[in-house]
Amino acid sequence: MTEFRTPEEELGRFRRRVLVAGIVALVCFGLLAARFYYLQVVRHEYFHTRAEDNRIGLVPIVPTRGAILDRNGVTLARNFAAYTLEITPSQVADLDETIDALSEIVTIDARDRRRFRKLLEESRNFESVPIRTRLDDAEVARFVARRYRFPGVEVQARLFRDYPHGEVASHVIGYIGRINLRDQDRIEERGDTANYRGSDHIGKSGLELSYEAQLHGVTGVEQVEVNAGGRAVRVMSRTPATSGSDLELTLDIELQKVAEAAFGDRRGALVAIDPRTGGVLALASKPTFDPNLFVDGISTADWNELNDSPDHPLLNRAIFSAYPPGSTFKPFMALAALTTGKRTANQAIADPGYFSFAGHRFMDDKVGGHGTVDLHKSIVVSCNTYYYQLANDLGIEGIAGFMAPLGFGSRTGIDIPGEAEGVLPSPAWKRSRFKKPEQQRWYGGETISVGIGQGYNAYTPVQLANALATIVNGGKVFRPHVVRHVIDTASGERRAIQPEPIRQLAIKPAHLAAVRQAMVDVNKSGTGARAFTGAPYSAGGKTGTAQVYSLKGSKYVAGRVTERLRDHSWFIAYAPADNPTIALAVLVENGGFGAQSAAPIARQVIDYHLLGARLDAPAREDAEAADTEADPHAEHDAEPSP
Amino acid sequence: MTEQRFSPLRLLVAAIRPIDPILFGLLAVLLGYAFVLMHSASPERIASLLVNAGVALAAMWLAARLSPQRLLSLALPLYAAGVLLLIAVDLFGETSKGATRWLDIGITRIQPSEIMKIAMPLMLAWYFQQREGHIRLREFVVAGALLAVPVALILVQPDLGTSLLVAAAGFYVIFFAGLSWKLIVPVALVGIVGIGAIVGFGDQLCQPGVDWQVLRDYQKHRVCTLLDPTQDPLGRGFHIIQSTIAIGSGGVLGKGWTEGTQTHLAFLPERHTDFIFSVLAEEFGLLGALVLLASYLLLLLRGFVIAAQAPSLATRLLAGSITMIFFTYAFVNMGMVSGILPVVGVPLPFISYGGTALVTLCLGIGILMSIQRSRTLAKS
Repeated sequence: MTEFRTPEEELGRFRRRVLVAGIVALVCFGLLAARFYYLQVVRHEYFHTRAEDNRIGLVPIVPTRGAILDRNGVTLARNFAAYTLEITPSQVADLDETIDALSEIVTIDARDRRRFRKLLEESRNFESVPIRTRLDDAEVARFVARRYRFPGVEVQARLFRDYPHGEVASHVIGYIGRINLRDQDRIEERGDTANYRGSDHIGKSGLELSYEAQLHGVTGVEQVEVNAGGRAVRVMSRTPATSGSDLELTLDIELQKVAEAAFGDRRGALVAIDPRTGGVLALASKPTFDPNLFVDGISTADWNELNDSPDHPLLNRAIFSAYPPGSTFKPFMALAALTTGKRTANQAIADPGYFSFAGHRFMDDKVGGHGTVDLHKSIVVSCNTYYYQLANDLGIEGIAGFMAPLGFGSRTGIDIPGEAEGVLPSPAWKRSRFKKPEQQRWYGGETISVGIGQGYNAYTPVQLANALATIVNGGKVFRPHVVRHVIDTASGERRAIQPEPIRQLAIKPAHLAAVRQAMVDVNKSGTGARAFTGAPYSAGGKTGTAQVYSLKGSKYVAGRVTERLRDHSWFIAYAPADNPTIALAVLVENGGFGAQSAAPIARQVIDYHLLGARLDAPAREDAEAADTEADPHAEHDAEPSP
Repeated sequence: MTEQRFSPLRLLVAAIRPIDPILFGLLAVLLGYAFVLMHSASPERIASLLVNAGVALAAMWLAARLSPQRLLSLALPLYAAGVLLLIAVDLFGETSKGATRWLDIGITRIQPSEIMKIAMPLMLAWYFQQREGHIRLREFVVAGALLAVPVALILVQPDLGTSLLVAAAGFYVIFFAGLSWKLIVPVALVGIVGIGAIVGFGDQLCQPGVDWQVLRDYQKHRVCTLLDPTQDPLGRGFHIIQSTIAIGSGGVLGKGWTEGTQTHLAFLPERHTDFIFSVLAEEFGLLGALVLLASYLLLLLRGFVIAAQAPSLATRLLAGSITMIFFTYAFVNMGMVSGILPVVGVPLPFISYGGTALVTLCLGIGILMSIQRSRTLAKS
């Protein structure tokens, strides 16, 4: 470039360079055109799909959960709308800072923070998590005015579950709670993921759990156009949600209240069944708990109080706890005797006050015995000796073979989850229950204690109530149920849950009549007479006392030990005697004699059921006074003496 | 000028005489695109676009009326003022989005780096004109130094895009002035090999701890996201991914005016400024894009013709480099939004929203018109 050039040469070189520049520009534009062709023609389909994916979002519409009503239409579980303050963690830079700032506007206490942390762990990052629930209007207004300061925080109107009767019937109704990871796994297993997109609560116990499919409803979906910020800007199509069905129960909440109140602060359970249908009229387990505590996530303090209490309020004793039936087993034994032909109704024994077997004496509770005892008297006075002999004659296989069809030792199939099987003892059961060969052997003496409802016998209150219902309805075994109608909220269609007879037992009406007559006389002149004094109807019943063998597994609590050593008190009853509409089993833990604490509860419940009013049953003070008086009719089943 | 009688018609003829009809026609097409696209991308800015376009056309008209000699006489003062302002920005400038680019001069904020886009080629063209007939290696070294000072000042703001554009503007003058291919080819080779190396070893180079020494972190990220936009789809890669989706989903004929879902649902970032081409490609498809490409190509052609026929060395260099600046803007912008070049913040010439850039570009058009007119005058 140092050489001299003429202006013409310079111009020529310049023009060549312009040409080079022009060619470079042309090539580069050609490159762009090729790129556009590639993007807009070759890969158009792909990008078209990507653009559609971008713009269309599916928003689930959460269905309204069905309500739960009692047999008279009284609401037991319902929804109400309230505002929650929710944070989407992925959109918030500093959670603690945000929560601190929010707490200056709305009340956020330590409990809210703890619950938020817990829910945060269980949820995915892009889901909103409530920091406060049930905001009042003033709080909503204060937040909305300052919303711009809180990206990723929003007020949402949500439906909450409310149990207006609180602690009453909580073991039946159950509760819902936030869907946790375990629930999510279960939903996935059921292939129900799509239907729960958007739902954040699910039934956790009771009917809320067992009828989850009906109560939940079908999630709807809204196809919306979303912008880059993820906000819906336009609804494109909408499939509305189908609300969950309402449940109408066979349960009578007023009867339930009477039953629960009758327990006072004693522990125990009551199951009342309509023997004509298997419908559950009342099902109580005491102590109980407030299901409302669980809806938003129970606080650790509340949980510990419920879970650590020696009274185990969360335990549904009515269906999960199995107790030896004590003397309430005797009417069933008597029926076994008649059905198998081991005894006739009129056949009588002489009761010396004990029964000798293999060199041991099994004692009656009445010193000197009841004298001449036939089947009727054996039930009315609850004579042990009669049943020691009978058990020995029937043999354990005979007893187990007769009791199994009545539902003893197997789940009744009631529509509340968490039912226990109980134990109907038999040599086969013992072999599978124990490991060591010497423990697996069945001893004849064990049959004799089974005969009076002690020993290995263990049945849940619902089993006993259902077995009683079977012998008072002519031998039909129903699957007990709490729900009577499933009501489609959209169409109003009421789908009845039909009484479900599982089997008809071949028991002669005469035999049933003999046993029932004896049970009616129990309440007239026998062990239940005091509790049913002055009843304007005729009711059958039977007392029972289940022995508490040991305190193993129970915490030592000063001042309660003596009470907890006491026997459990049973009473089974039905009424009216000639056409029963209610059959029930009452258990009072450590209640002592059956006649003393369980029978008055049964009386109050039957009074309310038949007479529609709370009549004052014999006062409890009376019964307690009787304790010291040594009531002549009180029974005490003897422990098999070794 | 001897005519004393006032005549509106004569005044009009005098007013439009400096206007080159071909350049103006192409400019009208591009500004037409600007209004059509702005109506879709950001309708609330139409009024201020109108003001910007008015100011820019006035600037163009003023530049077109001045003779090239008058324009070149402004080169040194403009360049000196630009360098001083750039120093002032580095010392007292306002910071926005992590970069210090603005200088508040009381009535308005100005971006001195924009001034350099015109001042730089003017200055170098003027300098080579002074040395005409004696252009040797020494002159190229001096020109290189004149170019390096403002480029370095802009680079430390930091503003990679503008510094590259200013460097390119200066380089084009030097190139057209006849810098030996022996010097150009090795530099070009180093550049190609360097880019090849970055593409080839992108994965290792883009690892978080790796320090690229010369480039700042955000510049490194721009290059890295270009190599693999899916690495960070919601962060830095978002722009490129959404932009290519917008372009690709437009297809051949586009989704129709104001029907672009990417545009209207705010998936497209910076849709009224740097990414306005994606709006065009989404709503008007390949056809709209090719028509735009053709308009730019015709503009370049007209610029090159003016350059080739320019009457003096300085006007040749000026016209050639201004034309190449238009090309650079257009190519870099469309290349970046379609994902073949890194996102460097270069607007689409005459169409992207931005007053300073539009005025600068229209000044360039005005200068081309002035050069074109000086040739006709020289002939006659």
